[in-house]
Amino acid sequence: MNTLTRELNSVAEPADQTQLHEEDHHHHQAPKGIWRWLLTTNHKDIGTLYLWFSFIMFLTGGTMAMVIRAELFQPGLQLVEPNFFNQMTTVHGLVMVFGAVMPAFTGLANWLIPMMIGAPDMALPRMNNWSFWILPFAFTILLSSLFMEGGGPNFGWTFYAPLSTSFSPDSTALFVFSIHIMGISSIMGAINVIVTIVNLRAPGMNWMKLPLFVWTWLITAFLLIAVMPVLAGAVTMVLTDKYFGTSFFEAAGGGDPVMFQHIFWFFGHPEVYIMILPSFGIISAIVPTFSRKKLFGYSSMVYATASIAILSFLVWAHHMFTTGMPVFAELFFMYCTMLIAVPTGVKIFNWVTTMWRGSISFETPMLFAVAFIILFTIGGFSGLMLAITPADFQYHDTYFVVAHFHYVLVTGAIFSIMAAAYYWLPKWTGHMYDERLGRIHFWCSVISVNVLFFPMHFLGLAGMPRRIPDYAIQFADVNQIVSIGGFAFGLSQLIFLAVVLKCIRGGEKAPAKPWEGADGLEWTLPSPAPYHSFSTPPEIK
Amino acid sequence: MKQWLYCALVLVFAPHLAAAEMPLNMTQGVTEISGKVYDLHMTILYICCAIGVVVFGVMIYAMINHRKSKGAVAANFHESTKVEIAWTVLPFIILILMAIPATKTLVAMEDTHDAELTVKITGSQWKWHYSYFDQDIDFYSNLATPMSQIEGEETKGENYLLEVDKPLVLPTHRKIRFLMTSDDVIHSWWLPAFAIKKDANPGFINETWARIDQEGIYRGQCAELCGKGHGFMPIVVQAVSAAEFDTWVSSQQAAAGAAAVEAEAALSQSLSLEALMAQGEQVYMSHCAACHQPNGMGLPGIFPPLKGSAVATGPIADHLEAVINGRPGTAMQAFGKQLTAQELAAVVTFERNAWDNNTGDTVQAADVDNHGK
Amino acid sequence: MVSQAKSHHKLIVLLVIGSVGMFGFGFALVPLYNVLCDKLGINGKTQNTASSYQAMTIDTDRTVTVEFIAQVQTGMPWAFAPKLKRLKVHPGELIRTAFLASNHADRRIVGQAVPSVSPGQGAAYFHKTECFCFNQQPLAAKADAELPLIFYVDPDLPESIHTLTLSYTLYDITDKQASDALEQGAAK
Repeated sequence: MNTLTRELNSVAEPADQTQLHEEDHHHHQAPKGIWRWLLTTNHKDIGTLYLWFSFIMFLTGGTMAMVIRAELFQPGLQLVEPNFFNQMTTVHGLVMVFGAVMPAFTGLANWLIPMMIGAPDMALPRMNNWSFWILPFAFTILLSSLFMEGGGPNFGWTFYAPLSTSFSPDSTALFVFSIHIMGISSIMGAINVIVTIVNLRAPGMNWMKLPLFVWTWLITAFLLIAVMPVLAGAVTMVLTDKYFGTSFFEAAGGGDPVMFQHIFWFFGHPEVYIMILPSFGIISAIVPTFSRKKLFGYSSMVYATASIAILSFLVWAHHMFTTGMPVFAELFFMYCTMLIAVPTGVKIFNWVTTMWRGSISFETPMLFAVAFIILFTIGGFSGLMLAITPADFQYHDTYFVVAHFHYVLVTGAIFSIMAAAYYWLPKWTGHMYDERLGRIHFWCSVISVNVLFFPMHFLGLAGMPRRIPDYAIQFADVNQIVSIGGFAFGLSQLIFLAVVLKCIRGGEKAPAKPWEGADGLEWTLPSPAPYHSFSTPPEIK
Repeated sequence: MKQWLYCALVLVFAPHLAAAEMPLNMTQGVTEISGKVYDLHMTILYICCAIGVVVFGVMIYAMINHRKSKGAVAANFHESTKVEIAWTVLPFIILILMAIPATKTLVAMEDTHDAELTVKITGSQWKWHYSYFDQDIDFYSNLATPMSQIEGEETKGENYLLEVDKPLVLPTHRKIRFLMTSDDVIHSWWLPAFAIKKDANPGFINETWARIDQEGIYRGQCAELCGKGHGFMPIVVQAVSAAEFDTWVSSQQAAAGAAAVEAEAALSQSLSLEALMAQGEQVYMSHCAACHQPNGMGLPGIFPPLKGSAVATGPIADHLEAVINGRPGTAMQAFGKQLTAQELAAVVTFERNAWDNNTGDTVQAADVDNHGK
Repeated sequence: MVSQAKSHHKLIVLLVIGSVGMFGFGFALVPLYNVLCDKLGINGKTQNTASSYQAMTIDTDRTVTVEFIAQVQTGMPWAFAPKLKRLKVHPGELIRTAFLASNHADRRIVGQAVPSVSPGQGAAYFHKTECFCFNQQPLAAKADAELPLIFYVDPDLPESIHTLTLSYTLYDITDKQASDALEQGAAK
């Protein structure tokens, strides 16, 4: 054990003698209970922490969504007053984006990237510990602001100025502070991922042999480093505008409120891809496994991911067509946005072609992956419709947009995370999950999620704006259906919790490679994966 | 044919919606532009559906026929540069075909010149303010749905949340230019029937236009989150024939003249406490109660109470200042321009005497005028 | 092994510099945006310094309508309106007009007018040789003032623009100005 640790450390952080000593110390009296989790620098432990944190946030944000759907169940104000409703929509968005989806991907990266590239751990284990443990603080601050006098953030997760500056509640400083911490955490996570992938690949693991999950995460990490600091800049400007008398977004002092939107969406659009690129990597692992056929067009997948990432910096203003831009700018952003359909299409075509003439079976991960391909594509179609500027004037800020981004984020990002969880659970726990329960979870989710989000398209087209706590009576019937779908989808996720808990506690022993068609270094390790893996680099054929 | 296709689509995805009276599709609207936007929307939708049918069709075929349980054996191909190039170029061509009509429509939408009528639209929390540039007509348009309907004490009316006290009246068959701006936060003026959605940005102006083809009443809402009352600032446009519009304009101008005379008269008049309280209560309920609440208790931490407050029981001048000029940087708006001197006097009197405030003060229109309304 | 630590170190330094740089870039977007707006007329802001007028050929064949709109920040007790709502001008012609302001309050108030031009692309062709918006406008209690504006429309104005709308929104900056003065005083 001791030699193993020594070896591990010599690979990970050889120059740090003190740490070496400390780690030795820890392993002599293996820290137990809470200390194990507080002090851990092990990528698997930290991955587990991230995943549980993300799931707790998913339920927290989900509860807020339930409040929203309950209020919208019928017209009129019944349960909450409009100001609290606005806090719910705002914090739901923030929690789901920064608390559920992004940490889930970081958790998957922690667990999987070292095993996939044959590395013993992440390159910077200490920083890894920090980047996780500051997250609960950030969200405690954010959520506690809801209980302050005057309430928490109520200006939408996009916090457009001047609603978030001159007109915001006193708790805005806490919102800004928590966003800063989340940003720092993400950036540290991204640095760790990049250093790990660049420096710790096992000999022979060259760039074009990397699993796509690793590739997509590498590109995501660069996007994070490019745009999270811009978000930090935006919230800092909001802070100084509100409390220190600057006028970045205040027309009275020579500022421009529309500039806020430009800065925000310069971050915001790449952020959207941060939340979907790792999904592409997951689907590219699962579809070939259950089709028992190699992924079609590996290199075109890599290039498509890279071009989506580059294009994501050129399309931000398509969120702002109604702010009043000159025609040439509207045309430029419309064309660039439409162009994104090309690399995204390539990905969809590649997955479908991978399935073509395969030998397909439908275990739960594959079910989620297939649902991802279909439903994400529907979200892509509505995205293409939204890109068409004249039509966007009608769709913008309506439930059509709400439907669109929930199709790409819930049935896109979240479904891919579920697929990943089912796919790698045997590797993480050493047990097979309950296939029957998994399928029940899938069918409940996929039906309810469509009852929840599909009718929203019609609400938007019929003229219902988003972010309203009460609506005209003509929208009543459809809202009721949507709310029922929402409650069903929320409850279905408890099945997922049951599956995971059951799988951790026991079940059929999982072999090293539980999936016949699986390919990749992680499947060469026993299940559950040993606490320290690849202390000596594997041989890559 | 197109309609049938769309109906089929709706039936496939949402059979339960058939009973709802809500339109399931974007409105075709009543302007040439809104018709073009609708056509564009349908074209893109059909192209997306066609692509969807092909892609999902192939996928579902594979899912049914290339299953392991059916004895399918995996083939071994995993690369083809030709195919990759084909499905990069083909979507590109389809996109260009989509971009052409989109560009044409967009250019037409932004061409505001030669307007015959200009209306300035100012958004403020949470109402719209319309002023006709050359006609000297100027008014606020407030939500007309009573609180009792919103809170469920009364049956909701047909146009629940989509009705206002004073609609924007516009002529048909004339090119109308709209200038948008805002008094406080960003709002967005959305009228689906005209395919207009334009942000009202504080300190900046935006413009757009419409030529209405059909008389009628058209309803819309604010589309940009603007705070607590975002869901409660509807837009109602009443489109009338050009002749009717001209009559309306002259009647408004006459009414404005009469109101000015009345306001002048109010200045020399002195009303009793009872009369002021009665009028003040009405004004309070329609303009103040949404935030300060009908019982004057406000909402803790957000909207201060008036019952027993320092403002409502302190010096009259401070109270007038707050109501007439608002509190900059807070949700308290300036009512000086929205209400007449008489109404302001009444509401201040009401606030100083309701809910056990009982100061016994009466404020007259002349006091308001002296304060510098 | 040592070389790996070195390459970790190098990469981390590069990535940290990258993120700090992007934080700076976030702020650099502010002047960048303003420059782009000036050049391309994205938001209809006009330049906030006086331009000089050189005698130029007046394009009498072309007439451009210039409209003026005035607004006052809610709660500011001023009346503020253009002397003339609409003018027909020839590009290149130097025009003098004015806005009328009066302070209804019984205290001194400092106003700042913020201009905006629609359509935004027109902003770059609207030149002001003198404008009250370049300076703060203090008005004593109950005082009136005529605020001058001298401008010309650039003959290069794109053919597609027939009407320019110039809006001024007036903001009360009395408190801000007072606190600035205090700060300056404290600094001395």
